[in-house]
Amino acid sequence: MNGETSHHLEIRGARASYGRATVLKGVDLTLSKGEVVALIGPSGSGKSTVLRMVVGLTPPSEGEVRLDGEAVNYRNTASLRRVRDRIAVVFQQYNLFQNMDVLRNVTIAPLKIKKVPRQVAMTNAERVLAKVGLADKLNAYPDELSGGQQQRVAIARALCLNPEILLLDEVTSALDPELVNEVLDTIRDLAAEGMTMLIVSHEMAFVREVSKRVIFMDDGLVVEAGGPADIFDRPKKKRTGEFVSKILRH
Amino acid sequence: MLERLADEIPRFFSWSNMILLGEAMFITLAMTLLGCVLGFAFAFVIAFTRQVPGFLTLPLRTVAILFVEVFRRIPFLVVLFLVLFFIQAVARGTSLFTVAVVSICIYSTAYIADIIRGGFESVPRQQIEAARAMNFSHLQILGTIIVPQSWPVVLPPAVAFMVGFIKDTSLVSQIGVFELTFRARELNNMGFSGMLVFGVIAFLYFAISYPLTRCGQWLEKRLER
Amino acid sequence: MNYTFQWGVALQHLPGLLEGAQLTFIIGFLTFWGASLVGLVMAALKTFGGPVVRRLVGAYVIFFTNTPALVQIWFLYFGLPDVGIVWDKFTCMLIGLILNSGAYLTEIIRAGFISVRRNEIEAAETLGFSLIQQIWYVIVPHIAKTIYPALANFFIVILVMGTSIGSVIGVQELTSQAKDLATVDYRYLEVFTIAAAIYVILTFVASITLALVGRLAFRVRAKIF
Repeated sequence: MNGETSHHLEIRGARASYGRATVLKGVDLTLSKGEVVALIGPSGSGKSTVLRMVVGLTPPSEGEVRLDGEAVNYRNTASLRRVRDRIAVVFQQYNLFQNMDVLRNVTIAPLKIKKVPRQVAMTNAERVLAKVGLADKLNAYPDELSGGQQQRVAIARALCLNPEILLLDEVTSALDPELVNEVLDTIRDLAAEGMTMLIVSHEMAFVREVSKRVIFMDDGLVVEAGGPADIFDRPKKKRTGEFVSKILRH
Repeated sequence: MLERLADEIPRFFSWSNMILLGEAMFITLAMTLLGCVLGFAFAFVIAFTRQVPGFLTLPLRTVAILFVEVFRRIPFLVVLFLVLFFIQAVARGTSLFTVAVVSICIYSTAYIADIIRGGFESVPRQQIEAARAMNFSHLQILGTIIVPQSWPVVLPPAVAFMVGFIKDTSLVSQIGVFELTFRARELNNMGFSGMLVFGVIAFLYFAISYPLTRCGQWLEKRLER
Repeated sequence: MNYTFQWGVALQHLPGLLEGAQLTFIIGFLTFWGASLVGLVMAALKTFGGPVVRRLVGAYVIFFTNTPALVQIWFLYFGLPDVGIVWDKFTCMLIGLILNSGAYLTEIIRAGFISVRRNEIEAAETLGFSLIQQIWYVIVPHIAKTIYPALANFFIVILVMGTSIGSVIGVQELTSQAKDLATVDYRYLEVFTIAAAIYVILTFVASITLALVGRLAFRVRAKIF
């Protein structure tokens, strides 16, 4: 039991499906405190579904997800609330609330869901927004911001929830190339601060730089896991090699 | 023909007839507005109910869906008669104006509920998922995300429906409410030329409907950013 | 409520009601095709005609969409005899409904015309399609697909709203039949409930058929509910 609890988040034999299509076919994965783990793989391999599953947007049909050794019951509202309380997600399409300005976007959940006192929530929001470089955009609406700025607001929104784990779902995929770096810089800072993160990304150089471990997925299964150097330079599985060489050529 | 019109026109545009038509216009507008505003409120409740998931609300949802689907498929005239006969069976002596307002209310509830549902469904799924991942409850999602984001989509067609319904209330003349079309029939029966009477009535409806339609279009332009 | 429902008595009138339903469907069908023709011609004139023609068509649409169909029909029935034109009830109703619906369909069809994309036509041109081929293979399918959902929806509207107007001037369609048969033994509520049910079934069958046709012929996902 002790050996297991050292993992902050643990996924075992998880299966999940969208309608009739099975997207995850038995995934095992662990994440320790302060660790940055990257999920890579071709599109449709189920990387994003792993993140969606953890926060119960696509609940697992089989297998289990453990948080600090305690199994999450996705049918139980209280259990699901506890997970979502501790884990925050940032989406590919930012998903900022279009009807709220930046400040409202990052404070609404602390205020309404976590019942944080107004003054505390505001101070915290301003601090976090300053950290992601948007202190001057407090009253802008999402559609007045660039994609990179919106994504940084989305990260700030997640951080304002004081999560123990941050899930990042292809956060740079929807951005114009020149805006990618401002978002990656933000994530780099978080990694340096010791934030526990599970990252789905196509930015291989970045993955190699920030992550402690890399997990290669294909067709709903984990094919290979290891340190970045192992996966990128000395892949053991043929499939991993093919994917890595194909993507690094670009 | 022209002679007859020339003879009739001074008699037709008499003070008493103008008062009669003015009152009739007021009744037409009053019952439409009253019925549709109540209808909007009920429609909101229905659309809201349809969004609340869970086993407990299933009967409520079924009733809401049935109400909308059934009343959108029955002619307003039939709804009007059903309401009339039903109210006469339960509460004799209810005014015909009330019968008209209740019918308009039922009918507009069904139509506007569908418009509101369309508005709710126009909110991107990702917005809702983001909120769910942050532990928003269904009611919180509805109140803070779905409703604020959908009203620019809901309002223009809802207003268009209400304005359009002013014309359909002409059918209320059939149960004897003294609105515009009823008075037109009456004046026609009194011997005024059909062309004159129905021409004037058509113009009066136009004078109500056209400016309001333009207002609705202006609103739609304003709301689309 | 001390009203005792007597369904048995009312159900005896079912054959009469079904006869009315048949006429309702026929009126709906005739109105729809007549109005489509009017709408097609008017939309073409408004899109491709000269400035004067466009103005005139615009005036037609604005006038007919801002006045009640009922008043339009009565204008034909009671007004036209003043200038020596006498049509029977059925003709007045049909022409009134066609002109009224035609105005709405003008806008729907015109939206289809406008939606044709220049680059698709250019692509067809570069592929060596003749003008006729361009129209037949590119333009017509595109327009059909674009306006089909609105047309299908409008058919239901005509079937429900439009045809019940017939009862007002005494054409023996479903609503009219219900009114007459209800007076036979004063089972108003029952007879009108049955009539309402027939309307629901009639429009429901029409909706499903139109959705299937749309899916098969135009690859449109028309929604039934």
